[in-house]
Amino acid sequence: MKILVLISNVPDTTTKIRFTGDNKSFDTNGVQWIINPWDELALTRAMELKEAGAFETITVANVGTQITESTLRKALAVGADEAIRVDAVPQDAFFVASQLAKVAEGYDVILAGIEASDYNGAGVGGMLAELLGINSVSAVSGLEIENGALKVHRDIDGGSQVLSVPTPVVLIVQKGIAIEPRIPAMRGIMMARKKPLNVIAPVDAESKTEFLGFELPAPKAACKMVEEDNAKELIRLLHEEAKVL
Amino acid sequence: MSVLVYTENWDGKFKKLSYEMVSLASAIAKQMGITVTALSIGHVADDELKSLGKYGANKVLNVQDNRFESLDNKALADAVAKAASKEGAKVIILAHNNEGKAIAPRVSVKLNAGLVSGVIGTPLSVNPFVVRKKVFTQKAFANIQIKSDIRVLTFAQNSFEIVENNVDTAVEVYDPQIADGEFNTKVLDTHKITGKVLLSDAEIVVSGGRGMKGPENWGGLEELGELLGAGMACSRPVSDEGWRSHEEHVGQTGKMIAPNLYLAFGISGAIQHLGGVSSSKVIVAVNKDPEAPIFEAADYGIVGDAFKVIPQLIEAVKEMKTA
Ligand SMILES: Cc1cc2nc3c(=O)[nH]c(=O)nc-3n(C[C@H](O)[C@H](O)[C@H](O)COP(=O)(O)OP(=O)(O)OC[C@H]3O[C@@H](n4cnc5c(N)ncnc54)[C@H](O)[C@@H]3O)c2cc1C
Repeated sequence: MKILVLISNVPDTTTKIRFTGDNKSFDTNGVQWIINPWDELALTRAMELKEAGAFETITVANVGTQITESTLRKALAVGADEAIRVDAVPQDAFFVASQLAKVAEGYDVILAGIEASDYNGAGVGGMLAELLGINSVSAVSGLEIENGALKVHRDIDGGSQVLSVPTPVVLIVQKGIAIEPRIPAMRGIMMARKKPLNVIAPVDAESKTEFLGFELPAPKAACKMVEEDNAKELIRLLHEEAKVL
Repeated sequence: MSVLVYTENWDGKFKKLSYEMVSLASAIAKQMGITVTALSIGHVADDELKSLGKYGANKVLNVQDNRFESLDNKALADAVAKAASKEGAKVIILAHNNEGKAIAPRVSVKLNAGLVSGVIGTPLSVNPFVVRKKVFTQKAFANIQIKSDIRVLTFAQNSFEIVENNVDTAVEVYDPQIADGEFNTKVLDTHKITGKVLLSDAEIVVSGGRGMKGPENWGGLEELGELLGAGMACSRPVSDEGWRSHEEHVGQTGKMIAPNLYLAFGISGAIQHLGGVSSSKVIVAVNKDPEAPIFEAADYGIVGDAFKVIPQLIEAVKEMKTA
């Protein structure tokens, strides 16, 4: 079986968000880039399954410009065997999914994160499955593979389920697929330098959405403090002033 | 032409979320001068279907086909897209929850439509079609134009008030005619959360962090939660340690919630935690460290020991209830 893990390159989760050019674009100055947290968990699970013999190699793919290469190298250092970068500015989810559809053919299991922590689009995985005409399962919180058969755990609204689903399939994963992400070891970092990172040209695809502008939330009013031994006053405030009780 | 709104049901019943979505659909339909069609899949009684008319649904398509119970993403998306085409839908609204997020992207591809997920409130304009959502995990807002003629949106719960808007509703039985071969997901086991307030529905959420020291100390929080009819949540280390179930983990990598009131006990307020809770209308923090970042996000706070404060809060709530 062949597995592909989609990797989105996102700002570190502690990044202070700023915008430039009249609030029309995200200010990437000084930003540290990381593997999208859900993609990192997907890659971790892929590694575990590979070690258990379910896959021989792990491929990771990203749509992005040169700046995403350090993130792909990190994925290789964690343990992916080869990386593909489609050389394009990721315009929107449909554009990205259209690019990935060209590289994702022939894989049995494709893992996508439930969203990317930058634009929270939650679109690429499902769109890719639809473009490929294959099954998808979303909100996946567990994956087991036995003799080539998939057992998938997913959250539903108000509970959870265990499923069997035929391949090829796109699994859109979240927390639970793995708990602690693997971090690259020194040896992995050395080896990553020699692993293939193939850059391919984008295909024609249109974007269907466009960011017009961004805004930061209004600063919050100061927190109203209540004494430790006066919890009663807190309840009164919540009841009479905030009117939430 | 219409706005199509996909209203899921829970054991045959709609929820506040469903009515929020129909209210939103109705507001958009007014902006565009078109009608509202709701799509319901599963066994829902006629009276319940008709209740959607109270919020502005002119028509309800009623699909009763047991095969959809497996929530097969491909087949469901197919059904929604077919209903959209039949109704000449210009806007399709799904919930920004597990099911909506699973099928909206597929629907958008089928209809050649642009997708924006997690939309808050009504569009800023319908021509051009511009919507608003939170980005960078709650740290900013973005205004996004959808350039296609058909648009698919997933709606962020609690971002639009229910508006009553009684209209005559016709319920129409509808069969989207999905072939058996489209259903490939086989459910082996289902676990439903019962007897608890679902975190996603909760108006009030009681949450505990590492400052609660261990799973044995959750009794007070649970009692407080029960008194308030609240959902229970926790920070990531708490679920990673196995003190509480993963279902309760909120934050950037857990659930995103937007209750009216979020009560955080022994939670430091790391940026990744706040990413999942900062849309709450009112945040209350109890933390013994006056420098804890949670106080920057909170509206009300107590610097103090959660173990002392929780029993007092329980008493105060009991008093308020009897008053
Ligand atoms: C990529 C990434 C994603 C993440 N995603 C999430 C996420 O989704 N959700 C999440 O929660 N975290 C997430 N984290 C972790 C996050 O950075 C913090 O480590 C975590 O939120 C801290 O949890 P905590 O507040 O419970 O614990 P701590 O930070 O240890 O805070 C405990 C707090 O309890 C207080 N305290 C101790 N004793 C008492 C007492 N007796 N009474 C009152 N207060 C007391 C302390 O003063 C302290 O402020 C993520 C981290 C990363 C790197």
